[in-house]
Amino acid sequence: MVISTAGLTKVYPADTRGGTGLTAVDGLDLAVQRGEIFGLLGPNGAGKTTTVGMLTTRIIPTAGSARVNGVDVVDDPALTKRSIGVVHQLNTLDRSLNAWENLYFHGLYYGMGAKASRQAADELLERFRLSHRARAEVRALSGGMARRLMVARAILHRPAVLFLDEPTASLDPQSRLALWEVLKEIRDEGQTILLTTHYMEEAEEFCDRVAIMDHGRILALDTPARLKRSVAAGDGSASTKAWLTKVLDRARTEDNGLAGRHPALDDPGVEAALIDLVALADRLGIDLDELRRGVTLETVFFSLTGRDLRE
Amino acid sequence: MTATLAPATSRRTSWAAFRALLLRDLTVLDKDLKEFVPNTLMQPAMLVFVFTYVFPRIGQAVGGSGNVGRFSTLLLGGLVAQSIAFQGLFRVALLLARELDVTNELEDRVLAPAPIWVIGMEKIVAGALQSLFAGLIVFPIAAFLPATPIYLRADWPTLAIVTVLCCYASAALGLTIGTRIEARLVPILVGFIALPLGFFGAIFYTWDALTPIGWLKAAVLVNPMVYMSEGFRASLSIGVVHMSLPVIYGALLTFSVVFTVLGIRGFKNRVLG
Repeated sequence: MVISTAGLTKVYPADTRGGTGLTAVDGLDLAVQRGEIFGLLGPNGAGKTTTVGMLTTRIIPTAGSARVNGVDVVDDPALTKRSIGVVHQLNTLDRSLNAWENLYFHGLYYGMGAKASRQAADELLERFRLSHRARAEVRALSGGMARRLMVARAILHRPAVLFLDEPTASLDPQSRLALWEVLKEIRDEGQTILLTTHYMEEAEEFCDRVAIMDHGRILALDTPARLKRSVAAGDGSASTKAWLTKVLDRARTEDNGLAGRHPALDDPGVEAALIDLVALADRLGIDLDELRRGVTLETVFFSLTGRDLRE
Repeated sequence: MTATLAPATSRRTSWAAFRALLLRDLTVLDKDLKEFVPNTLMQPAMLVFVFTYVFPRIGQAVGGSGNVGRFSTLLLGGLVAQSIAFQGLFRVALLLARELDVTNELEDRVLAPAPIWVIGMEKIVAGALQSLFAGLIVFPIAAFLPATPIYLRADWPTLAIVTVLCCYASAALGLTIGTRIEARLVPILVGFIALPLGFFGAIFYTWDALTPIGWLKAAVLVNPMVYMSEGFRASLSIGVVHMSLPVIYGALLTFSVVFTVLGIRGFKNRVLG
């Protein structure tokens, strides 16, 4: 496990957040494997960012424990920091340095030699299509470029885990696509990633497993496909059967001129064959999205909480 | 991409991070030189010009007895001390207040693989080096610009100790204040910190000269600036009464320790949730 937490909890005292104490994260148990893309999906205030804060040593847990790359984050934050790369939802680039220097000094912070840092900075700028802005002041970069530079900086020291906190927040659609392109490249190289998002499309497309969070707790945790299946009516064959019955019944009984024109309507074995096919697809792990159009992680969240993800 | 860094002891990693952070701060200072130098020189140059050139020419009484040479001599120590203190204090405090409060750009440095206290100490050391630089460029102005004779004799060991203590204490005070002030309140630093530090900091007069006003002489003892000015006078000027060296060293050392503890504590509170 690259990340494992047990009963991880954060309660903000009443005096810092007003009113009674706020339980931001409530007894979280997580286990993320090496090479996995793990998503924390939930609305604003679900506790996603606080979770990332604790795993990246910036927020001290109230209770429970967390290990990142085998190191206890509370006992040895300095060692933990060596194994993590973090991309914040806000622009945290160093405004006093230009784009290239942001990468170069980052390498030095992590103990890389001047030559290795220089090389890594050049390579990453090239790879993230930022070479033409190498000497640009950070202020002069567009939102999309700044975010790509932050990702480049976060992976420069080759961290065991990359944390992406709402990586595409406040980006325009085009920049968002460009960012996903580089993130997919990184994923394909085997980088372990923990991602928080409130965009269900992102979680669905990008993550191996997704934890749906609300009020500091995990409500469901599984692959996106299985999460969706869990809210589809019953198992695959049952819902397919219901759907088939509806189609056949209506085609056969209603006076719409379909009878006799479709061989399937006269074949008594068509139901059994199709149901068998769907069961086979299920066993093979083939997504049945086509048959359950409309079931998304958003539906899953709604069925778990009775609320909309973007409320 | 999942390869981790080669095993290294935590201490070595922290030290590498510390050096890199320091290099970053000095690189930024180098970029800022065209603002830093004039900003550092402006006030001492004005003071020297007005006090040691204009005032004697227009017959304005200065330095009590009218002994202008003596006044220039005592002003030298005060101005060097003030330049060091203000650059250490304000450069650390202002940059920190901005980076912590407004731009979040300290994030990446806080994530450098070192304990938080090491990262805070780097801020102090970087600030101290910058104030040392300020002291070095102000010294010629205060020593050679006055239009009156100035009585100098550098006591090098004392000068070295006083300089190190002043640079360090003022940068640590910068960390203490910078981690406790919201960016929107920064303008009040001038009124509530700089002015009392300066006017009650024995810059334009010796501490001993306050004897006729006993309560003030006692009250200014809480001001670290007093010991800095007195320290530079003790190490540079001839014929000027100053506090005894053990008192100066003891006070500056105490302030250094107290501001370090408060500064690191404030830094931890600000960057850890």
